[in-house]
Amino acid sequence: MATALTIDDIRSSIAERRTTAGALAEDFYSRIRKKDPEIGAFLTLCEERALAQAARIDAMAADGKPLPPLAGVPIAIKDVIVTSGVRTTAGSKILDNFIPPYDCTAVARLETAGAVILGKLNCDEFAMGSSTENSAYHPVRNPRDKSRVPGGSSGGSAAAVAAEMAVATLGSDTGGSIRQPASFCGVVGLKPTYGRVSRYGLIAFASSLDHVGPFANSVKDAALVLRTIAGRDPMDATSADVPVPDYVAELEKPVKGLKVGVAKEYFGSGLDDEVRAAVEAAIQKLAELGCEIVPVSLPHTEYAIPTYYIVATAEASANLARYDGVRYGFRAKSSALSQMYRQTRDGGFGMEVKRRIMLGTYALSAGYYDAYYLKAQKVRTLLTRDFEEAFTRVDVIAAPTAPTVAFKLGEKVNDPLAMYLADIYTVTANLAGIPGISVPCGENHEKLPIGLQIFGRHFDEATVLRVAHAYEGGAVRS
Amino acid sequence: MKVTDKDVAYVADLANLELTAEERARMLRDLNSILEYIGRLNELNTDSVAPMAQVSDRYGVDESRQGSDRFAYAIRDDVREGLRQSLPHDVALKNAPETDGTFFEVPKVIER
Repeated sequence: MATALTIDDIRSSIAERRTTAGALAEDFYSRIRKKDPEIGAFLTLCEERALAQAARIDAMAADGKPLPPLAGVPIAIKDVIVTSGVRTTAGSKILDNFIPPYDCTAVARLETAGAVILGKLNCDEFAMGSSTENSAYHPVRNPRDKSRVPGGSSGGSAAAVAAEMAVATLGSDTGGSIRQPASFCGVVGLKPTYGRVSRYGLIAFASSLDHVGPFANSVKDAALVLRTIAGRDPMDATSADVPVPDYVAELEKPVKGLKVGVAKEYFGSGLDDEVRAAVEAAIQKLAELGCEIVPVSLPHTEYAIPTYYIVATAEASANLARYDGVRYGFRAKSSALSQMYRQTRDGGFGMEVKRRIMLGTYALSAGYYDAYYLKAQKVRTLLTRDFEEAFTRVDVIAAPTAPTVAFKLGEKVNDPLAMYLADIYTVTANLAGIPGISVPCGENHEKLPIGLQIFGRHFDEATVLRVAHAYEGGAVRS
Repeated sequence: MKVTDKDVAYVADLANLELTAEERARMLRDLNSILEYIGRLNELNTDSVAPMAQVSDRYGVDESRQGSDRFAYAIRDDVREGLRQSLPHDVALKNAPETDGTFFEVPKVIER
């Protein structure tokens, strides 16, 4: 089978009866069975559901009916996103046996558009982590170098696309969990604007920062998936009533004359030299494509990680209060209710989840609320204003996605702060709610991928995708 | 502000976590190191800065309206089964660790 199939290839080859959705799904399952034991991207496969959907697509093709935009496209879903009748664990033992009774809106929209859902993807427990080593099941190995992490928390989603075990995947991004693993695995990953994609059915981590978004091998495929999942959903009150443009049509508009901001705060100490060189070369490429490079300042960037780790953990401590062993999930055996709660949570949650619940509870507790939580919310305003100010002068901002290439498994597991700093260039977009994409921009001397990150204005994914697409095409042509 | 053993015990209690002695020691070390890093937020004077709790009240709202009317698009009639049907009883109980078929069962709450 050809490598790196695109969504359009698949749809046309099914429409022209050169292949069937069923055969394609079987191919992907056999590849998963062959490759995944070494990678660990999948937690659960849902072959019955996938083959039933493929049969529906094949029946449409046999009848000569027009095929929906994602017809027969094998897609896999991060396991923090609920799937009706298909086990959903959030990477946690506390949800080991959880079978959701409904589908996430994004998944339902993908299936309505013809996608074939292959299964559920490994991730850090409750999406808390930057390496996928916090999965309660098993770590994921980076397909580009199996001694290294795929990034996180959507490590399975990035690895599945990189290893061609899915054509596209869904991930979630609360502080960089789509963009950072995309960078580490050499694929495209997009975090949309806050409110652009419904979170109905996304297991909540930090509600003011959580986003659902796509991974793919090309910007165009990411745009196709985004077009399918974007738009107002009455089931999520935070999903905005903002029209969804045709992202795919917008891709081909020229980028000449667009202003690309570059902020020195994203090129400071801690940035790996080879990553810096690759990102600077990518920005040079954008200049050659006719973009105007404009220096901008985002002066509060150094405060983003401390702000993020207060806001995210405070919200997490409230969101994770629901795991009490009563209505679903794991329950510890105990004769008293209060003890049952504690033992259930002690036994069901991993160390990083407990650490974040503790930090968030502390930040919200009497006497510390003003010093930590309120302070962080105020700095969040400053960080957001930085972007608002910059976007009065530029159309997009280019930066590295992560300060380094993929690190080794085990390298940061005992140092939570070092792990948190892997998200230093990505958390800002979550705090401000702006869209951001990571697109591959070369490799280091060890052939490890490097990601270029492009931020845009609120609800302006179209321009972000257009610049990324132009870069991708320009980089391929050169 | 240094986190103490007592703080760890108090916060674990608030969070409904028990934590082993080893976990408590690790938590003490990690919370202090993380909070020390977070302390750098105090370099910023934020006296005149409004707190930001969420993104949704700034973007994507109906800017021609004021106050909560800006979120009018997200309002629905307050009726039973407003957006979707409630889960059937058996489906709602299906993932529960213990039920009697009608209710979720939990260990005894009140001792007599």
